[in-house]
Amino acid sequence: MGPQPARGAGLTGPPARAAVEHAHRTQWARVLAGVASSLGGDLDLAEEATAEAFTVALEHWPETGVPPNPGGWLLTTARRRAIDRLRRAAIHRRKVAQLEAMLDTTSDAIDSPIPDERLELIFCCCHPAFAVQAQVALTLRCVAGLDVAEIASGFLVSEQTMAKRLVRAKRKVRDARVPLRVPDRDELAHRLPAVLAAVYLIFNEGYAASADRQLVRPDLCARAIDLGRLLVELLPNEPEVLGLLALMLLHESRRGARTAPDGSLVLLAEQNRALWDHALARRAGRLLNAAWRRPGCGRYVIEAAIAAVHASAASYADTDWPHILRLYDLLYQVSPNPVIALNRAAAIGLGDGPAAGLAALAGLAAELGDYQYFHSSRADLLRQLGRTDEARAAYQRALELTGNATERAFLAERLATLGADFPDQPLMRPSPPPSPRGRIPAG
Amino acid sequence: MARYAVLIYGDENIEQDEATAGQVMAEYNAYGELLTGRGAMSGGEALHTTSTATTVRVVDGKTITTDGPFIESKEALGGFYLIEAENLDAAIELAAACPGAKYGGAVELRPCVDFAAENPWDPSPLVARA
Repeated sequence: MGPQPARGAGLTGPPARAAVEHAHRTQWARVLAGVASSLGGDLDLAEEATAEAFTVALEHWPETGVPPNPGGWLLTTARRRAIDRLRRAAIHRRKVAQLEAMLDTTSDAIDSPIPDERLELIFCCCHPAFAVQAQVALTLRCVAGLDVAEIASGFLVSEQTMAKRLVRAKRKVRDARVPLRVPDRDELAHRLPAVLAAVYLIFNEGYAASADRQLVRPDLCARAIDLGRLLVELLPNEPEVLGLLALMLLHESRRGARTAPDGSLVLLAEQNRALWDHALARRAGRLLNAAWRRPGCGRYVIEAAIAAVHASAASYADTDWPHILRLYDLLYQVSPNPVIALNRAAAIGLGDGPAAGLAALAGLAAELGDYQYFHSSRADLLRQLGRTDEARAAYQRALELTGNATERAFLAERLATLGADFPDQPLMRPSPPPSPRGRIPAG
Repeated sequence: MARYAVLIYGDENIEQDEATAGQVMAEYNAYGELLTGRGAMSGGEALHTTSTATTVRVVDGKTITTDGPFIESKEALGGFYLIEAENLDAAIELAAACPGAKYGGAVELRPCVDFAAENPWDPSPLVARA
């Protein structure tokens, strides 16, 4: 049952169904956060009640019309659904009384603007007490509103595995009392990176999958960008928040040029820059300018700056490699990890020649011996130096380590044409490969 | 308020010189005072080493005892506190102040089941729900 018939002559029929979908995109997190907060942080129940409220809306709005304040209607409905569930369980009398009192005093949340507790919700979902897989799953379910099947297919795990992961995490929220709160100013610097890393990981998963045409997966890139925009709305003064959105938009701006019509991967060097979404890149540039002026710039701002240098080059040959190398030096200072060192070596290879790039790579073998991009980068440099046998071995090693069909096809082609006369074309991948922190392991 | 167990794990074979041992003891005393001062102290014990442990199990009605801890590992449970905290963030802050979290050791924070609550835990298995 809906809370009450909608007042005012709202839309009915198919436009009402579209309104439910729109509300799902725009109000899901707000409603869920509002219910969770009135339940004292019970994310599990809040999620179920929120999902039910949307189902009720789908049944009612086409008949009775879209209520004037859809968010308020959904929040009230979700709270009532939560009460119904607690009543059925018959063991939550105290909580029911609490909630009923709340409904009386706020009885028309239907008419008032609904509270915005989305930031509390995000920090709860990305609490450092969760493994990163759990953070990502909770964020996609509770903030982005994806259902379990969509999240499971996004990360190539079974629905059952993903459902278990989510249930376990939501129980931990309740039993260990993971709070729905925004960290204090001085805690924020420690807590924000986990939130940004979870969002970027969602983006990278989508980015890696977007080249893989054989798999139908939800567009995680779009979801991650929506989350990035939400964070900018909620934390507009944090440079890293601006930097992450800029970085994702810059990657997204190249999407149209990243795969050939047959689905094969096109490296940055060979991409048709006319296919880039330059308007999107300019928007990212404005975010980046706003971020640079603030103290506290970190890896996302710097990575976005690197992507912006590429975006502003008229052609690959025109790329300002010394500028890119300076940015990699800066990036390595704030985030000294071997994948960044690998990209730095790639930039050296492009700016100062393949021999210098190979020398910069040499020290990374111990740490990156199982990383496909280490071997493919090395292979490209060896090939340019005419060291064909060594290049062949390195391509083969990269191929052994690659699961993605498109990337396998690309490497196989490099291997097949090794020794043939190539135009003097750099083959490094200067853009940061997906996720320096590694991808979510399946299972 | 919720109650959490702060389980202190560490390498019990590390030999400490007298000065270090004295310093660690002083830190534990200060930690006890901190918990008491905050109204967070709900109990706790220091345990003798695992070489003094006896593991007991009943199999087919017969009591079987084995010498040693349930799990042999380099890092052993050395003691615990029971603390009161408003939520996990507050509990983490208190756990981080425990000397057992330093010196290469770690503390495990476990929420205690509240049997006075109306629904102490959800016994349903971890399965997919619609």
